[in-house]
Amino acid sequence: MGSLNYFCQQAINALQLGSIYALIALGYSMVYGVLSMINFAHGDVFMLGAFFCLLLVALVPVPFWLALIIVMGSTALLGTLIERFAYRPLRKAPRVSAIITALGCGLVIQNVTLGFSPYARRMPSLLDITTYQFGGLSISTLQILIIGISLSLMVLLDYLIRRTPFGMAMRAISFDRATVPLLGVPANTVITITFAVGAALGGAAGLLYGLAYPVISPTMGIAVGWKAFVAAVIGGIGNMRGAVLGAFLLGGVEVITVTLLPSTYRDLVVYSLLLVILVFKPYGLLGKPPLQKV
Amino acid sequence: MQLPSRLFLSTLLAGGVLLTSCQPSKPSVKIGINAELTGEMPAVGASCKQAAELFVEQVNAKGGVPVGGTTIPLKLVIVDNSAKADQSAAAAQRLVSQEQALVLVGPNASSCAIPAAEIAESLGVLMISPWSTNPKTTVSSATGKPKQNIFRSCFTDLFEAPILARFAAKNLHAKTAAVLYDMSSEAPSSQAKLFQEAFEKEGGKVVAMETYSTGDRDFSAQLTKLSGSAPDIIFLPAYYNDAPLIAEQARRLGIKAPFLGSDAWSSPDIIKLDAGKNLEGSYFCNHYSPEGANLKAKQFIADYKARYGSDPDDVAALTYDAMGEAVGAVTAAGKLDRTAVRDAMSGTRTFDGVTGHARFDVGSRDPAKSAVIMQIKDGGFHWVATVEP
Repeated sequence: MGSLNYFCQQAINALQLGSIYALIALGYSMVYGVLSMINFAHGDVFMLGAFFCLLLVALVPVPFWLALIIVMGSTALLGTLIERFAYRPLRKAPRVSAIITALGCGLVIQNVTLGFSPYARRMPSLLDITTYQFGGLSISTLQILIIGISLSLMVLLDYLIRRTPFGMAMRAISFDRATVPLLGVPANTVITITFAVGAALGGAAGLLYGLAYPVISPTMGIAVGWKAFVAAVIGGIGNMRGAVLGAFLLGGVEVITVTLLPSTYRDLVVYSLLLVILVFKPYGLLGKPPLQKV
Repeated sequence: MQLPSRLFLSTLLAGGVLLTSCQPSKPSVKIGINAELTGEMPAVGASCKQAAELFVEQVNAKGGVPVGGTTIPLKLVIVDNSAKADQSAAAAQRLVSQEQALVLVGPNASSCAIPAAEIAESLGVLMISPWSTNPKTTVSSATGKPKQNIFRSCFTDLFEAPILARFAAKNLHAKTAAVLYDMSSEAPSSQAKLFQEAFEKEGGKVVAMETYSTGDRDFSAQLTKLSGSAPDIIFLPAYYNDAPLIAEQARRLGIKAPFLGSDAWSSPDIIKLDAGKNLEGSYFCNHYSPEGANLKAKQFIADYKARYGSDPDDVAALTYDAMGEAVGAVTAAGKLDRTAVRDAMSGTRTFDGVTGHARFDVGSRDPAKSAVIMQIKDGGFHWVATVEP
């Protein structure tokens, strides 16, 4: 099992998995950054990305790129609605209330979808997928697409955060939410747009995940969303680059574990890793402890 | 005079409503259905529910169940267990304690049937699982002896796995096999382990045993690892919602070995979910085949199709038989008493239903029945062979 081929094949598997986790983890980190709350409904927004695609293609057969844009737009809209009606009224409430609301939102989304579709559904294939085989290595166009789109979206987001005024406002809000409105920045608008962008990424992840693993069900957001959340925490919750790092690290660890140990140990190793990292770096790998102002 | 009289009137009204609702309820033969209506395998729960309802309609059309000289109507109480172990146990508890069910039918998935069986056994209620094949369902975990109250209408993995192993070795000429199974699910786990034992007894070699957990969607790491040992076939005892995904990912990774399935594949939904036709031509084991149907089965298939518009799958057929066995036990007992019904079931030696002839040996809770090997071809299941017990 030590051949280069095998290693490369597993590396590609890890990249694909990590890319999807990264898109979702970014959503968690973005929302935590601006609101200091964990958006537990995010995993279910991811699930809806796949279901919106299913619904869309059933109504109007659209090509892949258009479907991606429409789905991202829909989940972005959903994200803003959740923020506006479920989270904003609880901005000043105790942290626990906000967490419970988030969980409740997620459960509502799940069960509404279950009501419409109790059965696992076959995701329509929007693309012709060819698998290239060279020297014992198999890469499908789908894998290339997933990795490519995820990386592009991440680069775009990084540009948004580091090079645009909006990004600066986002970073300012995560730094000190109270002061920012005093400087003329419309905090609510920035927060709403942050939610929208995070949800759009989650929706894209859902669509890509649905293409890669075409049997989708309303409960698929739980397992994947949870792993992505763990990835975001490992990387440093609130930190964008941390979220990406954590996600690829998680994907890599999952795949390596299955390679070296019986696959039964996979989740054990992943969550143990989380514990170990947090013991040594409580704020995550790239997270920084909040500065104490004297 | 207003307040007291209003209070008086409303109390009278409430009392009246309570009294009228306290009618002595007419006796009915209550069968509790513990089914997987939501969750991982709703198609299984749907088949179970539909077959049970069809059976009840047919029996009640004849007046009901003959019990001790009179006919008593048959009544169903259906509870969803979401294909989860904890909810199955809770559902069994509820059916027995709250709903006063006389007999329990279901759950179907072994992961659900085993905990429900523990509850039914401790409460002394007869439970018949239509589809659970893991031997543990009818065996007491404490003593290793068969449970008193739990039966099933299908064969167990102890019968099925060697059949599949022999089929793989003799008909598919496989010398090496790889197994990929859900380690957190009872039936696939027992099928995988028993297949490994049986295949090695046939002279073959199991070159890889890989696992995943219920709900996993990415199998690429396990499949990549598995393909390295170049197996002749891949044994895939997965439920109908997982098998198409695994097959698709395997083919995408360039794995060309044929797949072999267990009775967990048997829902026709497997073909719907297999859009890429990656399971085309694969063989699996099943409990009955519409193509080899006897007279009773043909009638059942026609009735089911007329009522629901689709052919019944094995879960439906086995549920229909489980209902038949349950009602037969009630009639033989002659009274609506749980212990008497259970004893009558223990005394049942044979049952002829839509899934064929079942033989319950003395002291055995698991019937000896024939199995069929089927093939997925041209968008449907096709009968290949029947294996007698």
